[in-house]
Amino acid sequence: MRKMLETLGRYVMLMRKVFTRPDKPRIFFKQTVVEMEKLGMNSISIVSIISVFIGAVIALQMAYNLENPMIPKTYVGLATRDILLLEFSSTIIALILAGKVGSNITSEIGSMRITEQIDAMEMMGVNSANYLILPKVVASVIFNPFLVVLSAVIGMIGGTIIAIITGIVTPGEYVDGIRMYFQPYYLFYSMIKMAFFSFVITTIPAFYGYYAKGGSLDVGKASTNGIVSSSVLVLALNLLLTQILLT
Amino acid sequence: MIRVNHIYKSFDGKEVLHDISGVFEQGKVNLIIGRSGSGKTVMLKSIVGLHPIDSGEIYYDDILFSSLEGKKRREIHKRVGMLFQGSALFDFATVEENVMFPMDMFTNMTKEEKRERVNFCLSRVNMENANTKYPAEISGGMQKRVAIARAIALNPKYFFCDEPNSGLDPQTSILIDNLIKDITEEYQMTTIVNTHDMNSVLGIGDKIMFIYDSRIWWEGAKDNILESDNEELNDFVFASKMARQAKEMIMEKRSLK
Ligand SMILES: Nc1ncnc2c1ncn2[C@@H]1O[C@H](COP(=O)(O)OP(=O)(O)O)[C@@H](O)[C@H]1O
Ligand SMILES: [Mg+2]
Repeated sequence: MRKMLETLGRYVMLMRKVFTRPDKPRIFFKQTVVEMEKLGMNSISIVSIISVFIGAVIALQMAYNLENPMIPKTYVGLATRDILLLEFSSTIIALILAGKVGSNITSEIGSMRITEQIDAMEMMGVNSANYLILPKVVASVIFNPFLVVLSAVIGMIGGTIIAIITGIVTPGEYVDGIRMYFQPYYLFYSMIKMAFFSFVITTIPAFYGYYAKGGSLDVGKASTNGIVSSSVLVLALNLLLTQILLT
Repeated sequence: MIRVNHIYKSFDGKEVLHDISGVFEQGKVNLIIGRSGSGKTVMLKSIVGLHPIDSGEIYYDDILFSSLEGKKRREIHKRVGMLFQGSALFDFATVEENVMFPMDMFTNMTKEEKRERVNFCLSRVNMENANTKYPAEISGGMQKRVAIARAIALNPKYFFCDEPNSGLDPQTSILIDNLIKDITEEYQMTTIVNTHDMNSVLGIGDKIMFIYDSRIWWEGAKDNILESDNEELNDFVFASKMARQAKEMIMEKRSLK
């Protein structure tokens, strides 16, 4: 318990160092663009692949569960869309990114720590936490919500594909379902959730990397710890945000 | 000049520095020597503020550095150049970008001015023609030189080197040592160098502090070392048989005169 509070204290201290005005706004801006490419653009393929499968599975599940002549077939599309938007596209993608982006961040910052590159930066008078971490956080919080939109769209396409292949519903019915009773708020909601998740899955791995010590093996362990902690926090935060935003 | 008064530092109850006081002079290479694990790195990092000290005072000229925090501390750091044991070059950046980094962060120099200064610093350490290489693509000795170029990029007043010779062959070591000595005198920096290398001690030790048992065990210049009868110091400096024989020969010659 005491150790947990201590860790929390150190995390807050680090965040206070991270969220300060950058020394050179122009360099910060450039770094942020680089990070958007490194952390965001480079995740597009994995997000797409996973979303196709998730969308397909949800559509199958829905068709199976709604096998009742009383329920119109269009509901398969509608349910797939809402489940993707309300839950899967933000939470699942956040968990995937927690692994992919998280390990990238911890190992990059951690290896800079153990090879004294961070010390070298501090010795020049650079706020290393701000320089290294802030661009990653800002880039992810801005970019990742668009990954959610992408994921939802591709997920629905995945559902369409499976509908065509299996014939559980006609593509026409499925697409009609997708367009039925669409609530723009749901889209906004999932993007907001992703913004919060992105904060978690960048700052926590950065924290583990920034305070890494020992050798490269320890950076590996820090990386694992960072992924586990941020994944658990994403799930807990999901509960909280769902409660706040949907009621 | 850097002055430290009664510095204490422990990690988890294990004392590493015990009541360290001393003066490091401007324009000279001040050596901190001692065996591996004797606390040289901890001492250097405490003096530059990378390790918080438990008690004591650290003065950079007239400024009480140890009481400064945050921004004020960073202002001093901008006048400090440091060479780390593993060079600590940024591996995301090329040789040129590494040396340019402090200029990018703290000056409003134009691209041309920066490039000119980079080339000057690199030529000062005999590292021309490697500007576009990455640290992983050059040898350890070259990395050290680039790290020195980066450290002197903004004309520091204070220069710290942690084991500048570690991992280098003896000839390259001597080159690096002489480079450190030359730029110290040329730019009148206050230079502090950690080393356990006997060649450095006898080569560039204008002023030497020997750390043993967490304390300053002996202090002097390289010329005093031969005459010193401090047992631990002799065991450390003249650890090898050849070194002991060399010492005996020199002493014999002197007594013949
Ligand atoms: N960050 C740290 N945490 C705990 N102990 C440390 C730390 N840094 C150094 N020490 C301990 O301090 C002692 C001196 O280490 P160091 O200054 O690195 O020796 P050296 O003279 O070889 O540079 C060693 O016993 C080391 O284990
Ligand atoms: Mg050391």
